[in-house]
Amino acid sequence: MLHPSHFAAVLLFALFASTVFGITMRDTPRRMVRYGAYCFALFIGSAIVLSWVMFLIAR
Amino acid sequence: MWFVASQFEMRGGREFSRPYSFAGPFLYSQEGMSTTPNKPAAPNKPVAGKKSDQGFVYLPLIAGWLVPGGGHFIQGKWVRGTLLAVSIVAMFVLGLAMQGKLYTSAQDILSLLGMAGDLGSGLLYIVSRGLGLGAQPVQTTVADYGKVFIVVAGLLNIIAAVDAHNLRTGRKS
Repeated sequence: MLHPSHFAAVLLFALFASTVFGITMRDTPRRMVRYGAYCFALFIGSAIVLSWVMFLIAR
Repeated sequence: MWFVASQFEMRGGREFSRPYSFAGPFLYSQEGMSTTPNKPAAPNKPVAGKKSDQGFVYLPLIAGWLVPGGGHFIQGKWVRGTLLAVSIVAMFVLGLAMQGKLYTSAQDILSLLGMAGDLGSGLLYIVSRGLGLGAQPVQTTVADYGKVFIVVAGLLNIIAAVDAHNLRTGRKS
């Protein structure tokens, strides 16, 4: 059984979802890569920000 | 290039007189403007890509649903298809490796939605059900991640299949 940490699971999720989003939402390879990187950064960034928000709320 | 314009012009199918008094035709220059006349757009022609009218138009959609990336493979989009297949299959397999659960019945609305997501994986879901994978209930946090991975893999596969259909119809190049 695989036991990734929560952040590792977020990284894997963001990587695969961003790949599919980039390929399906844009037309040219350059724009696909840029949009995929943009989605990946948003996934990771929002996860980190929401984690800190929940941490501060829970205190 | 010089053109002769009429004293009258057509607006919305009706003929209007110019608001100033001008007797006879007048000339104007097109210098500095594009010299090539606009070509009329072909009716009902897709803009983004070329469209082939041969074959079953929903084949890439069905193939993409059954096999991740299959809709792109049958259209010769090998790189895109491979990346989609690797991403979706890896997500599904990782979900199972985390002991994620496969939805098998639609007893309530959440189970129904989860099963709809799982069914998006096509043959991956059918084969996994046949092999008895993902049958154990969710008992750990990691297994809950796995369940989400499996559902999202199915949803991403639906997006990929629709993208293959758009390629087929010429809506996307």
